[in-house]
Formats: sequence, structure tokens, C-alpha cells
Amino acid sequence: MADIPISHILFVSTALFFIGMYGLFTRRNMITVLMSIEIILNSVNINFVVFNKYLYPDRLDGIFFTIFIITIAAAEAAVAIAIIINLYRSHRSIDVESAEEMKY
Amino acid sequence: MTASQVIFYILSAFILGTAVLSVTTAKIFRSAIWLLFSLIGVAGLYFWLEVEFIAAVQIVVYVGGIVVLIIFSIFLTQQSGKEMLKASMLRNIASILSVLFGFALTYNLIYNNNFQAKDKPFDWTVNKIGTQMLETGENGYALPFEVVSILLLAAMVGCIVIAIKSKPEEKNG
Amino acid sequence: MNYSSYIALIPLLPLAGFILLGIFGRKYFKSSSGIIGTGLLLVSTVLSLYTAYKYFFVDGKAGDTYQTITALKFTWLSFSENVSIDMGIILDPISVMMLVVVTFVSLMVHVFSLGYMKGEERFATYYAFLSLFTFSMLGLVVSSNLFQVYIFWELVGVSSYLLIGYYYDKPSAVAASKKAFVVTRFADLGFLIGILILAFYGKSLDIKTLMENLQSSELAAISAASFVGISALTWGLTLIFIGGAGKSAMFPLHIWLPDAMEGPTPVSALIHAATMVVAGVYLVARLFPLFALTHAALSIVTFVGIVSAFLAAIIACTQTDIKRVLAYSTMSQIGYMMFALGISGYGGESGLGYTASMFHLFTHAFFKSLLFLGAGVVIHFIHSNEIKDMGGLRKYLPITNLSFLIACFAIAGIPPFAGFFSKEEILLASYHSNKMVFAVALLTSGLTAFYMFRLYFSIFWNKNTVVNSHHGEGPVSMKLPLVILAFCSIFAGLIPFGEFVSSDGKALDSHFDPLFSIAPVLFGVVGILLAMWMYKKESNKPKQISNSLGGLYKVAYKKFYIDEIYVFITKKIIFNLIGRPAAWIDKNIVDGLMNGIANTTAAVSNWIKGVQSGKVQSYAIYFFGGIVALAIVFLYLWK
Repeated sequence: MADIPISHILFVSTALFFIGMYGLFTRRNMITVLMSIEIILNSVNINFVVFNKYLYPDRLDGIFFTIFIITIAAAEAAVAIAIIINLYRSHRSIDVESAEEMKY
Repeated sequence: MTASQVIFYILSAFILGTAVLSVTTAKIFRSAIWLLFSLIGVAGLYFWLEVEFIAAVQIVVYVGGIVVLIIFSIFLTQQSGKEMLKASMLRNIASILSVLFGFALTYNLIYNNNFQAKDKPFDWTVNKIGTQMLETGENGYALPFEVVSILLLAAMVGCIVIAIKSKPEEKNG
Repeated sequence: MNYSSYIALIPLLPLAGFILLGIFGRKYFKSSSGIIGTGLLLVSTVLSLYTAYKYFFVDGKAGDTYQTITALKFTWLSFSENVSIDMGIILDPISVMMLVVVTFVSLMVHVFSLGYMKGEERFATYYAFLSLFTFSMLGLVVSSNLFQVYIFWELVGVSSYLLIGYYYDKPSAVAASKKAFVVTRFADLGFLIGILILAFYGKSLDIKTLMENLQSSELAAISAASFVGISALTWGLTLIFIGGAGKSAMFPLHIWLPDAMEGPTPVSALIHAATMVVAGVYLVARLFPLFALTHAALSIVTFVGIVSAFLAAIIACTQTDIKRVLAYSTMSQIGYMMFALGISGYGGESGLGYTASMFHLFTHAFFKSLLFLGAGVVIHFIHSNEIKDMGGLRKYLPITNLSFLIACFAIAGIPPFAGFFSKEEILLASYHSNKMVFAVALLTSGLTAFYMFRLYFSIFWNKNTVVNSHHGEGPVSMKLPLVILAFCSIFAGLIPFGEFVSSDGKALDSHFDPLFSIAPVLFGVVGILLAMWMYKKESNKPKQISNSLGGLYKVAYKKFYIDEIYVFITKKIIFNLIGRPAAWIDKNIVDGLMNGIANTTAAVSNWIKGVQSGKVQSYAIYFFGGIVALAIVFLYLWK
């Protein structure tokens, strides 16, 4: 795989990260916010795998972290969706701006 | 340009394009579908990187689990097909600016760092992963494994508690 | 010589009474509070009588001189090696005498109030305040430290304020209490500065040490230091005297006293006749060895005393509110005491004025409180303070009539009543030192007899009023103090006072000169006869005379317009010329500055608080933007 420089792969993961970031900032629907977070986590996973494969080929830590992150992302998504549904029950909306009691 | 390179650039374009669509589409269900494609693309990238195990996990957990979960929750809370509320213009501009700045900064750092690949082959098997995962000695991941399993249990219990809690209230209301 | 064990109880028992009744009175002792207060005070009275006996007859004397005994002393606040605020008890002839007077008169008033104040809503509070006053007054007279004097002095002022304003739902009472407090407080400023001057030069606050220092080692320093051509000693003493004059209602700081009659009558008897108002006299007497060092301060004392005595006597002739008449008479009598101190010298024969002043203080306490209590009975009976509502009351109030008459004789200086002896001594002392003062004093004593009997005849003789009161003179608790005080008013003068109290502690022969007393007694008798002629029967003689006097009568009736002058000075000059601009500066510049700062802060925070919108995404943007900014700063700019 030496024909692709590492920086090109890292370009993909970085771009993916900031795309997720953009979604996180601009989306007003909580579920789409959650999706943005998943995108961010994916970009991190790519980084872990790439670094492991190219820089430390004799080790497996990057793989492990990727596995753990995927696991935790699943748990986090489940909890987040439970919260979203609960919020929807109380506010009749899952717009981020409708839950803005946390101020002043 | 080898086939491998072509495949990489196509995959990359696919991942980024669907991700951008996913965070910009006005309809939430479409957004979820674009996300699904993007995640599949990432799985493809893993295949391309020859870590098939991670690719499999990615497909099973993300594509098969999380996205389905998200789609369920969309059905529970939204009328799909309705356009979502847009963020204000100011917020949009601020977000784009900060994201571009952040990207420029980060990529500048990465580019200047000039990572060089080692010439060793990446040597992994599922067997190795499984052994090290449950090893208690040096480099063993038994403790994180257990912690994560407890976390999953806690998350499961937590989800049930959060979701169940408001039912009596609803009856009252 | 162990006094301390019980003597501290004399002031502390009323304090206990105050705390007990003040905190729990209205809840638990609603009806028994009077008995509790009186009982505690009775113990105090017995103790002080015993102390007096022990001091004067057993062990107060060393050789032929009465010692100043420090019975109790502990340091409370220590500023430096020799300047400290102590709490102590000092026993010398005048403090022991004052102990007896204060506890005794206070006891009489307590007993009298049992009947007079019965059924009042705030009965317990009343007794709590009385106890507080008694405590403060006792603490004042036994103080061993000048600052302790000041502390109790203020406490006395506060309790007087509380008691004058006892009927706090009456606007006039509230105004009067405020007036009393402000005027005396104003005077106390002088007192405080005086204390500081004396303590600065005398290098001590302890009265005994201070006087020793100033009389010997530090005398040169304090006499040499001067301000506007007057020595620091004179300044200090004059300022202290201003404090005393405020409390003792001396001209021109007397304006609060007549208004203070808004308080309950027994309070007037106790505070504004017998005890608190003589505090100024007591203060001068306490520091008399220092006053004797400087002629200037004593001249001021003399002048203020004689002017007050004469002025008050004239005003008293025209007033129609019986308590106000008595108030002016009090002021006049205190004026007597003051100038008697002023003309006195220190030690030996020339100290006659000092003895006479203290003697007059002693006898005056009895007959003046008797007069007030009598007036209290009358007011209680007729429900009015005005002379025109009274007349012919001798048939209804026989005991009051008799005791009032005795007190009038005593104050008019008719032998053998108590006032005669003390006034005689004062006149004698003034005759020997200053003929001018003597002449005015003699005239004043005639006026005193006149206005007192004007009051007496107007109340008890004159026209017959239709009385629809069903109760007579009131319960035993009101009659008993009258009888006891009347008894004292007759016989108190027979005490050979000079034996016990004199300026230097040595016994002084009070030589009684029958030839000399002819003139004063004659003046008194003339005054009485004049009053009898004018007021015994209802007639229009008083009216004719007052008409013929015209303007003079009006000026006296209006109390020489002193109140109006005060109002003019305060309203026109202080308020308009100083207060207004100060208020303007305060409002527009000082407040404006503060408001400006506050408004700016509020505006800025109003603007900033938009940041705290509660919108999590905004927070995320700020957070991220911050990180990017920091990263740029540290990676590219900071190198």
C-alpha cells in the first residue's frame, strides 16, 4: 500500500471529523446531532486503524481501541436515543433549541 | 495509477460526499440513509486497508445496529418527509468558518508531520486479537474488556430506566 | 473593706430585671412584671442604703477625710500600658449619695407605676425600660473610668429616649423622643471630644489617675497647649460641660426637656426630674478637682447655670401645662446646682458651693419627684395636663394636696422644709463669691415660689371643676410613694450634709445663719402671697396682668422663641445652605457615579448574558472556536 501516502488517508479522516463537527454545530434535530457524532467517531476509528497499520504494524492496540470505540458508540447511541425519546415525551419536540432551560 | 489507488480515491470521495449530504439534507430520513452509505463506505475503507475484522464489526454494529436504532427513533419521534428546521444564517456561517479553520489547522499539522510508513507487513489474525483481548498479563486487554462489558450492562439498564420512567407520568397527564 | 462582693449587685440587679422582662416579659410576666422589677430594685435599694451606712459611718473615713475607694475594677479594653477602658466601681461621698438617691427615687417610681401604669398594653416593656434606665444610671454614678461614664451616659440617653417615646403611637411623643435624643446626642459629641482631650493629656482614662496626673505632672502640658487662645484644659472641660449641659437641659440645650414630658409621668419624675437630668451636675462634680484648676471653665458653668435658672423660672410662670411648668422648674433648679458648682472653690470654706450643690441635688430629687408623682395623680384623675381643666381638687385628692403643698414649700425654700436648707447654702455661697449671681439667684427663688404656688393654687383651689372620675387618688401603690417622699421632703434638709459631702472629702461646717436667711425667705413668702392673691380664687387678675405685660408675657410664653431659633438655624441655615448642596452632590455625583458603574455593569452583563443562551450548540461553537484560537496562538504566534 505504499503507493498511497498516509497523509491522504488522514485527509479523509480529518475531513470526515470536521464534516461531523459542522453537523454538530448546525443541526437542530437531536437525532441528526447524534448522527454527526457517529461520523466523528468513525473518523477517529479510521485514524486508529491507519496509525496502527502503518506506524506500529507489530502491535494491535489501535485495533482494540477501534473495537472499544465501536462498542461504546453503540451503548452511547442507545442511551442518547433513550434520552431523546424521553425529551420528546416531555417537550413534544426534539429540537435542540426547545430544550434551553440550561441558561443564565 | 494502480487500481488500488483508484479504489481508495473513489472510496474517499464516496465517504466524504455521503457524509456531507448526511449533515446537510433537509429531510431527516434521507439524512439517516446518507449516514448509512457513509458508514458502509468507511467499512469499505477498512476492507481496502485489509483489516477485514474491523470492517465486519463496522458493518455489524454500525450499519446493522446503530443506524437501525436511529431509524427507529426517527419513526418514533418524527413525521419523516417533513423538512427539518434550519439553523440561523449566522450560526451557519460561524460553523463553516470555524470548521474550515479547524480543518486547515489540523491538516496543516498532519501534513507537516510527514508520517512515514514502516516497511513491515501488518500482521493480525482474529486469533491474535481474541488472545490478547482476554489476556490478563502484559499488553492484555482483559480489564478494559470487563469494564466495557459492565458499561454495556449499565447502558442497557440506563436505557430501560430512562425510557420507562415517564410512563406513569403520562398516565397522570 | 470588702465591698466588691455585693456592690456590683446594685447595678446588676436592675440589669437582670431588664433582660428578664425585656425578653420574657410580654409573654410570661404580663401582670407580674411590675412586682419583679420593683422587687429587684428593692434589693438594690437596701444594698445601697447599707453601702451608704458602711461608707459614711464605718470605714469610708481615713483620718478626717472621706476616701475614694475603688471597690471593683477590671480591665475591659486595653489600648496601651496606661490607657485602658476599665469597668469599675468607685465609691466616694457623691457616688454613694447618688446611689442612694437613684435607687430610692427609682424605687418610689417603680411602686407608683404599679398603680399608674396598670392595664397598659406594654406594661412589662415599661418596667424593662425602667430597669434599663436604673441600671445605666447606677452604672454612671459609680463609674471609675471616664469612658465607662461615657458608655453609661449614652445608655442613659437611650433609655430616656425609649421611655419618652413609650407611647409610640402618639406622634408628639415620637417627635419628643427624637428631639431629646438628637439634642443630647449632639451635646455628647462635645463630651466625647472633651474626654479624648483630657485623656490625651492626662495619659489615662481612669478618673482617679487622670485627675492625679492632671493636677500634678501633666498640668503644665495641658495648660500650655492652647487652641484659639484657650488652654487645652479649658477646652476639654468646657466640652465635657457641654455634654453635661445637654443631659442636664441647661440653656441653650434645654429645648428637649419640656417636650420630654410626653413620656409617662412617673418616668418624668424619675428621669427628667430627679436622676438623669442631674447627671450633668454630677459629672461636673465628679471632675470638680479639674474644674477647680481653671477659672474660665468654671465661669462658663456659672454663667450657663444662672442664665438657665432665671430664664426657666420666667418661662415656668407662663406655661399652662402642669408638667411643662414642672419641667421648667426642674431646669431652673438644676441651674441652681450648676452655678453653685461654678462659684465654688476647691477645699475648705470656699468649697461651700460644691457641698451646697450636692445638697440641693439630694433634696431636689425628693421634692421634685414628689411634685411629678403628685402631678401624675392629678393627671390620672382628671385626664388632662392643662391647668384650665383643673381647680378645686383638694376635696377629691387630700393626700396629694398635702404632699404637693409640702413639696411646694420645700422648693420655695420655706423653713423647715428640705429645700430651704440647700437653697440657703447655695445663696450663701454665691453671696460670698459673686454678688451679681446672688442677686439673680435671689430673684429666681422668689419667682420659684410664685410659679410653684401658682401651680398649686390653680390645681387644688381656684374654680371648682366638675369631676366625673369615679376613682379617687388611686391604689395604695400610688399613695404610699407620695407619703414617703413627702416625709423625706420635710426632713431631708436636717441632715448635716456638709459633714459627709464636700469638695475635698473633709467635713465642712454648714453654718446656718438665721439673719442671712431673712431675705430669701421673704422673697419666697412674697412670691407665695402673690400667687395666692392671683390664683386662690377664680378671677381675671392673671389675665389683666398678662395683658399689661404685653409683649414680655408673650415672649416668655413662647419660651423666648428658643425653639424657633433652633428651627431657624437647622432648617434655614443647616438644611438649606449645607444640607441641600450636600444632598445634591450625594444624589447626582456620588450616587450618579455609583449608578453609572452599576448601569454599565448591568448593560454589559445584559449583553454578555446572551452568550449563556442555554443552546448547547452555541456552547459547542464557542468551545471549538476557543480551541482553534488557542491552537493558533500557541502553534504559530507564540513561538
